Amino acid sequence: MATIYIDGRAYEAEAGENLLQACLNLGLDLPYFCWHPAMGSIGACRQCAVVQFKNAEDQRGRIVMGCMTPVTEGAIFSLAGDKAQQFRQNIVESLMLNHPHDCPVCAEGGECHLQDMTVMVGHRDRHYRGRKNTHRNQYLGPLINHEMNRCITCYRCTRYYNDYAGGTDLAALASRDHVYFGRHQEGVLQSQFAGNLVEVCPTGVFTDKVLVHDYTRKWDLQSAPSVCVGCAVGCNTMPGERYGKLKRVHNRFNAEVNGYFLCDRGRFGAGFVNSKQNLFLPGLRQPEGTYDTLDHHQALHHMQQACTTGKVAGIGSPRASVEANFLLRSLVGAENFSPGFSAHEQPLVMEVLQLQQHTAAVIPDIATIESADAVLILGEDVTNTAPRIALALRQSVRNKALAMAAELGLQPWQDAAIRNLAQDQRNPLYITSVADTPLDDVAEVAISLAPNEIARLGNAVARNIADEVNQLPDEPLRSQVDAIVTMLMSAQRPLIISGTGCGTSTITTAAAQLANVLCAKGKRAMLCLVVPEANSLGQAMLCDADAPDLDQLQHRATSGEFDTLVVLENDLYRRGTNVQIDALLAAFNQILVLDGMDNPTTSLATLALPAANFAESEGTIVSLEGRAQRYYPLFQPTAERRPSWVWLLACLKELTHKDVEALHHFDDITRACANAIPALSGITAAAPDHHFRNLGQKIPRQTHRNSGRTAIRANISVHEPKQAVDEESPLAYSMEGLNRAPPGALLPFVWAPGWNSNQSLHRFQGEVGGPLKGGTAGVRILLSGNPSPGVSNYPEKEEPAFLDMPQGLWLLVPRQQIFGSEELSALSPGLCELVEDAYIEICPADAKSLGVSTGDGIMVGNSLATLEVRINDAVAQSCAGFSVGLRGAENLEALHSVSLQRADNWRRRTPKPSSEEVIGSDRTLNSEALTRGTFRQRSARKQSTLPEGPHV
Amino acid sequence: MSELGTITFGLFIIVAAVGGAAVLTWFERRLLGVWQDRYGPNRLGPLGVFQVAADMLKLLTKDDWIPPFADRPVFVFAPTAIVVAMLLGFAVVPFSPDLYLLDINIGLLFFLGMTSLAVYAVLLGGLASNNKYALLGGLRSAAQMVSYEVFMGLSLMGVVMLTGSFSLRAIVEAQRDLWYCIPQFLGLFTFIIAGVAESHRLPFDLPEAEHELTAGFHTEYGGMKFAMFMLGEYLGLILISCMITTLFFGGWLGPWLPPVVWFCLKVFIIICFFILLRAGIPRPRYDQLMTLGWKIMLPLTLFNLLITGAIALWLEG
Amino acid sequence: MLKALASQFRTLWTILQHSFTKAETVQYPERQPYLAPRYRGRIVLTKDPDGEERCVACNLCAVACPVDCIALQQGVKEDGRWYPEFFRINFSRCILCGMCEEACPTYAIQLTPDFEMCEYDRKNMVYEKEHLQIEGTGKYHDYNFYRVSGLAITGKDKGQAQSEAEPVDVKGLLP
Repeated sequence: MATIYIDGRAYEAEAGENLLQACLNLGLDLPYFCWHPAMGSIGACRQCAVVQFKNAEDQRGRIVMGCMTPVTEGAIFSLAGDKAQQFRQNIVESLMLNHPHDCPVCAEGGECHLQDMTVMVGHRDRHYRGRKNTHRNQYLGPLINHEMNRCITCYRCTRYYNDYAGGTDLAALASRDHVYFGRHQEGVLQSQFAGNLVEVCPTGVFTDKVLVHDYTRKWDLQSAPSVCVGCAVGCNTMPGERYGKLKRVHNRFNAEVNGYFLCDRGRFGAGFVNSKQNLFLPGLRQPEGTYDTLDHHQALHHMQQACTTGKVAGIGSPRASVEANFLLRSLVGAENFSPGFSAHEQPLVMEVLQLQQHTAAVIPDIATIESADAVLILGEDVTNTAPRIALALRQSVRNKALAMAAELGLQPWQDAAIRNLAQDQRNPLYITSVADTPLDDVAEVAISLAPNEIARLGNAVARNIADEVNQLPDEPLRSQVDAIVTMLMSAQRPLIISGTGCGTSTITTAAAQLANVLCAKGKRAMLCLVVPEANSLGQAMLCDADAPDLDQLQHRATSGEFDTLVVLENDLYRRGTNVQIDALLAAFNQILVLDGMDNPTTSLATLALPAANFAESEGTIVSLEGRAQRYYPLFQPTAERRPSWVWLLACLKELTHKDVEALHHFDDITRACANAIPALSGITAAAPDHHFRNLGQKIPRQTHRNSGRTAIRANISVHEPKQAVDEESPLAYSMEGLNRAPPGALLPFVWAPGWNSNQSLHRFQGEVGGPLKGGTAGVRILLSGNPSPGVSNYPEKEEPAFLDMPQGLWLLVPRQQIFGSEELSALSPGLCELVEDAYIEICPADAKSLGVSTGDGIMVGNSLATLEVRINDAVAQSCAGFSVGLRGAENLEALHSVSLQRADNWRRRTPKPSSEEVIGSDRTLNSEALTRGTFRQRSARKQSTLPEGPHV
Repeated sequence: MSELGTITFGLFIIVAAVGGAAVLTWFERRLLGVWQDRYGPNRLGPLGVFQVAADMLKLLTKDDWIPPFADRPVFVFAPTAIVVAMLLGFAVVPFSPDLYLLDINIGLLFFLGMTSLAVYAVLLGGLASNNKYALLGGLRSAAQMVSYEVFMGLSLMGVVMLTGSFSLRAIVEAQRDLWYCIPQFLGLFTFIIAGVAESHRLPFDLPEAEHELTAGFHTEYGGMKFAMFMLGEYLGLILISCMITTLFFGGWLGPWLPPVVWFCLKVFIIICFFILLRAGIPRPRYDQLMTLGWKIMLPLTLFNLLITGAIALWLEG
Repeated sequence: MLKALASQFRTLWTILQHSFTKAETVQYPERQPYLAPRYRGRIVLTKDPDGEERCVACNLCAVACPVDCIALQQGVKEDGRWYPEFFRINFSRCILCGMCEEACPTYAIQLTPDFEMCEYDRKNMVYEKEHLQIEGTGKYHDYNFYRVSGLAITGKDKGQAQSEAEPVDVKGLLP
């Protein structure tokens, strides 16, 4: 700590941090634009000017930039001095010279950092009488709106987009007062993290396009702390609601998970909440196939009757909360409860849990992933399955630069200096996958292999590290194995990433094995295993290892064991081929479906119950790192929609089930679940229970400026109803209460006096960029770093074989899509426009042999699907990548061998512009690789050390 | 007067008093308007005089509601009590030498008794309403009445001493030479104040002080029951005015005009004075009211009594 | 004590003198009072000089309203203008304070000298956009927000608003 003097007062500040950060930590208002806690300082905007004095005698002082000035012992500054204030005011005035006078029609208005800073420095009148520069806007896709006139050239956007998120298609163009931030031509922004521009931009250049077309100001949004359900990372979000519609999703800071940024699936993928397909009333199927609507009393009556006639089976859902699944499990009994994974996926997820429970390695959260100094990805395309991890990996490769900076004594916030210093030097990232991935550009090596070969590679590396003599015929992978061993052994904190994305457990086992071996070698190894859905891991924890999968359930039902099936928030048609699911559902007399939206499964239900989605209900979900987190409703469900747990609890009470007598509140269920399931015993700590009060008060969901209370419902009735009371949480459905440093799990929105934008976050953090004052949200219930790092204590598995496909057959390998592979986000407005048509991806050699070119149709198997073909030189030979989860590919199953043939009557579609066409970036891939094990090298820098494409 | 004549005259007085009270509501509002530079009710009929009819119509047609938490019989009895008590008070008023209902030798005591009965109406109304405001109003009223009752009677004793009789006719006759307002000006002063307090009119309307107690003892009353309370108040006003005329201003005495006209004229002027009090004097605080009653008015009355007694003895002696 | 008594009598005397002064009351509605143009009465939504809706649904009136009686939802027209999809004022709550008019950046919402808006039914006091919208410009005749603001709409491109230069040619090489 160092003592500094600001305006005559002594303060304690961390020596070495920059003055701007120190001031914000101390609660002093110092305006800034270009500095960002996650991106450091570059001193571009000149806004954080302060006067620094040489010593106590110095009366004049000199103006320095706060963000570029390190705190040193005894330094003397003045924030309030006339000189500094006048300087800052002049800077804002000059930034505002060309500002277009359109705050009323700007989606940033009311949460605009520029507005805040302008008020903070006291600028009011534009003295300059000249004309304003103007710019033309660009179409940047369906998600992001561009309004270049509002720009103040702080360079935050390009620094974030290019330097932080690794994008290539946003640049600062032209010079001097013509500077333009945009693409070289109009088109969709290619980065999967482009949405963060909305929050990074201090003014309204980049705004949420979906929101702009159905706009509500920040002060009118009713928000609640929520957790993204788009993937298993469990990023914290703050969705906002108005008039019963979800309007937008903003990032909710969590120092250990998502930090300041979300992926675009998370940010724009929650619009399904407003879907027209939402169910509002229970429906009872009539003999002729139509549905009669019921009220909830009738529905409950029917539900109870269905559950008392014959034996009941239940299918849970990895996208439903732990509590709802637990209640369904209580309703049907553990032995009749299927977790709701596909039959193929269930053992994979179960095994991932097992591996993580027994590993000696650290199971990292995102912040820890960023600290890795060598990364090996085995098979998983994290950018598309757990996108936020990919963003973290892009930071982890920068640790090299930070290490170099530390050697030279540069502070980590000296962003420009450090980037100049390091240039292209990065920590090693080694990617193995079935085809190219968006992370390849920062990878030292990216290699395409068939899934089993990836596992084989992992095993070989593990054996080599364990000093075992490599006797296996790994000749073709030899050099890669050596390179990876060298990389991992020279690292201190190696990270192994794998997951279920390839559809085989051999890879995850290999990854876990490798991590254990590294731990045995004294490394602080990390193991990150990606699972597919928001609560996949929680579901695995809830179920016993021998829980029936969908196939077993079908067999038992066909043998007449069951009468009734209860399906919880699960579209089964995404869990198997149509034939399989038809057979499964046909084996039951009655099918009860609880779901929020109409889907193929609900339309076969005998009784469909409208279940509230994540925005209308509370729930706990367990992320891939084993973090249990609670999401809260941001508005109350309308009509007869009820949270699934409410339906199930009511039904259990009707049945006078003995376990539920004492259950009244949501917290009771969480507690009961924690008591009943040892693996989940920690979930009660995920968030404070409903008795919690923040300094004696509830935490408001609405800002104190929420408007229109006496007019919103006036068209229905002039008599205003009583404010809704939330009995299930410490949050209030009103502006009453206190939102000051609440627990991290209960932060509904950020606002501080003078700080209307999301930059007010620093008022909620213990120190700028650090954890929230109220504590980090969520609780790790999967304790990592087994203290006794036993070497491979996993059951020996048969060594996976090399791929050797017979002529005319291809191995279907899954290709994940950030937009589309996940069920619900693909139904969101804006984002749905980016969902591509289903496709088959093959390598040029295979295409040649099949006589197809890009855009042709290909028939897969015996008319399993007819899809558009894409030619990708990064796909391993004899492998055919298929787009997972997209419409048209439902019947394709990963790792099945299928025949491919040209579909002659395929109508060629007008090709959508592919990213390559639009960007024209430096991602030209080396297409020389001829055989399986297709190599992609990012640049020439590693070319000399890499062999020619290996041969089998 | 014959039996029949007495009954007829009695009925006439009742009708006249009630009608007078009704018209007084309109008249008071008009007069307040004049003094406060506005109009008062002026929409219905000439000078708005039919406002009385409109008000009556409204009060008559209102739902005769009794709160479910109220003490029903008492709640109904209270407003009737005040009207009956006040009307009975009129029995002893001598309107002219030969126009009176009852000339008893304890006329003055009868009058005091009747006005004191009114406190029961207010107290019972407040209690029966089972409402905190009403209860507070009732209690205030009881305390106020008890306090002011004491010197109200005493203030008249000077008159009685000078006359040597409790008979009101005798008192009037005794003023042929000099109205008692001259020798008994202290008595007059204290009696007026006590009279205002007794009829709890402004500025001494603390039992129903709107700012503090919504409407005091009659908070829960509506429709005709409320109208009875108001009627009682205005009857009280007229009665007090009649008594002041009788006791201090020579009753029917006066030259040229018939006695009954003199009487009515004097009553009218005194009523106007009461209204002027209402227009001009603000309501005191409750403790001020009590201080005034016990610490100023009572000694003043006793002093008056002492002086009067001394003078009476000296004159006789 | 005596002074206080005298004061009471003086009061009575002063009031008695008012018997001879004229009533101040104005006999409304026979005599209509004069209301200044900026009197704060019934709220209207005005149109700009070109006959287009002035309201851009910025929500400032709603947030300025101390009784929260204004609710609206923004929408975007084909031509790029922002407009209120619905605009509702609950006049049974409105206190005619005029804060909304002060907050309005486009002169769209204005208070008029009309206060005679009684209803027997409270729900008739809820005015929707079609009840609020008038055809004229109200008190401010010349202001057109889009002529000042930099947002491009059909018919007014970038660079055509007040004191705006032609859009910058990013690809131009001239210094």
